[in-house]
Amino acid sequence: MIPAAVIFGYLLIVLFIGITNRGGGDSDAEGYFVAGRALGPAVFLLSLVGTNMTAFSILGASGHAFANGIVTYGLMASASALIIPFGLFIIGTRLWSLGRRKGFMTPVQLFRDRWECGHIGTVIFIVQAVLLIPYIIIAVMGGGTTLSTVSNGAVPFWLGGAIVSLVVMGYVFFGGMRGTAWVNAFQTSLFLVFGAVAVTVIARGMGGFSGAIESLSAAPGGTALLTRERISPLYFFSYSFIPLSSLAFPHIGIFCMTAKKLGHFKKTIVLYPICMLLIWLPSVFLGVVANRATDVPAIQAKLEARATIAAHGPSLAPAEQASLRAKASGDDVILRLVEGYAPLWLAAILGAAVMAAVMASDSQILALSTMFTEDIFAFYGGKARFGGRVQIQTGRIFIILITLVAYAIALNTPQSIFDIATQYAFAGYSSLFPLLVAALFWRGSTRWGALATTLWTAAAVTAVAVVQQHIPAPPPGQAVTVLEIAGQVVVTRVVQGTLVFGLLPVVPMTLISAILMVVVSKLTPAAAPTRDTLATYFATTA
Amino acid sequence: MAPTLWVALLLYVLHQDIWFWRTARPLVFGFLPVGLAYHAGYTLVIAGVLAWLVRAYWPHHLEDGE
Repeated sequence: MIPAAVIFGYLLIVLFIGITNRGGGDSDAEGYFVAGRALGPAVFLLSLVGTNMTAFSILGASGHAFANGIVTYGLMASASALIIPFGLFIIGTRLWSLGRRKGFMTPVQLFRDRWECGHIGTVIFIVQAVLLIPYIIIAVMGGGTTLSTVSNGAVPFWLGGAIVSLVVMGYVFFGGMRGTAWVNAFQTSLFLVFGAVAVTVIARGMGGFSGAIESLSAAPGGTALLTRERISPLYFFSYSFIPLSSLAFPHIGIFCMTAKKLGHFKKTIVLYPICMLLIWLPSVFLGVVANRATDVPAIQAKLEARATIAAHGPSLAPAEQASLRAKASGDDVILRLVEGYAPLWLAAILGAAVMAAVMASDSQILALSTMFTEDIFAFYGGKARFGGRVQIQTGRIFIILITLVAYAIALNTPQSIFDIATQYAFAGYSSLFPLLVAALFWRGSTRWGALATTLWTAAAVTAVAVVQQHIPAPPPGQAVTVLEIAGQVVVTRVVQGTLVFGLLPVVPMTLISAILMVVVSKLTPAAAPTRDTLATYFATTA
Repeated sequence: MAPTLWVALLLYVLHQDIWFWRTARPLVFGFLPVGLAYHAGYTLVIAGVLAWLVRAYWPHHLEDGE
């Protein structure tokens, strides 16, 4: 029960930090939703890293590395370490400037102003909101699972999920953006410090990493985990489109408007890749070497399940295959390594660090609340009619409602569905990336181009979801043809998901989005914004 | 902004490395497979390049909003 007690202590600290760092008065929307545009450089950096560090990225990364090897770092970390800070440099700084000059608090406010549209902005809001909700549900599930695991079942899943939801809701409700940013900064610091401790302790427990790598290299199939031969270069290339999503996420766009000075972006841009390295390299490396941690019973059981699938997979019943795949899943390998090699007190603190990653839904909840109150409530006259105090109250009620709905769905739906939905969301937001680029850099873009891009994204995400829901994944190495045109295979279903011409769907989705923006804008020049509007964007941002 | 975009493009090409695809050795520092060490080093290079870009091409005109 010690780990559970430490995690409960950690939750109380987080709640305290969030509530005591509340920003703005009861009627100051800017203070509540964007921290009064006054975050300092350290909180801005650490909070931004923390916002992008979700349960999916940390636990999922080590699980992916456990099964696929070192390729995970190049797929997920170094591509993000390139694209996200460059995006902050080129796009984030412009969002900050526009937020200051025009008072924007959400990306939809920018789109409405830039393209002189109203209801098209509402359509963009709906698509953004729908793509964001799976993250919140996943976090509730992650919280329930983590608390249940570290307490050895003493805290049931439903209670763990409820506790985590209440804590996150509590500090987002009271603290707004300022409280949430401080909590994220604290969580990132915890992860950076104790991540290093975990690597040291596990290395010592395994008798050094050199021995583990040599032993893995000599084991059957081990070399594949130390190279990238399990993934094709085309797949690797496709994956580099995914980090574009991070720049299009509304919570990141909103966060860009919270810095006190533009200069605060400088350290964030330079240090972001280093933070990625410090967090992801240990996660991926530990995931890989876990394949030699055969003295940890839970990991040995995973390896045995994997070996059974490899040897007898095709002859097993589908239910048995699914059960073995669940047993072989590596999403908890870091927790298992810590459990196997770290002393109890350290395992408890590391459990809290993992909890920090699981609780990253706070930014998304706050973003949804900000979007609802600014893009819907205020836009359709609520703020003018009822005032700023009611606007913040509406945002807080929305936070409670979103949390309750996410909790209810989390209790009644299998997690696998939302794991998949989260993947769709990444592709969906990458596909919305051309909206940002066009709004900030292309004078010729029009609202109809923006609408075409948004509707295409919604349709494409739905189509991929339908394919994956109705066509079961074939065994590894095999492909099921879904669509063939004139003898040319276009869409296939493989174990990793759906492929279009051998590429992940995110590639055609993003490219077609960009093409639609260009073509439809060119076809609708009459919808171009007025010179006055364009002058406010391109006089200083060209 | 053009130099920033060209540098980003060059770094993107360097991300698509195919040269250490099927080999684990040499092991850098005795334990890091070369493909992983390449991407770890690549991440540090990005930080260095960004430090230079931020000094040389910072969009000062956007600071008018402060």
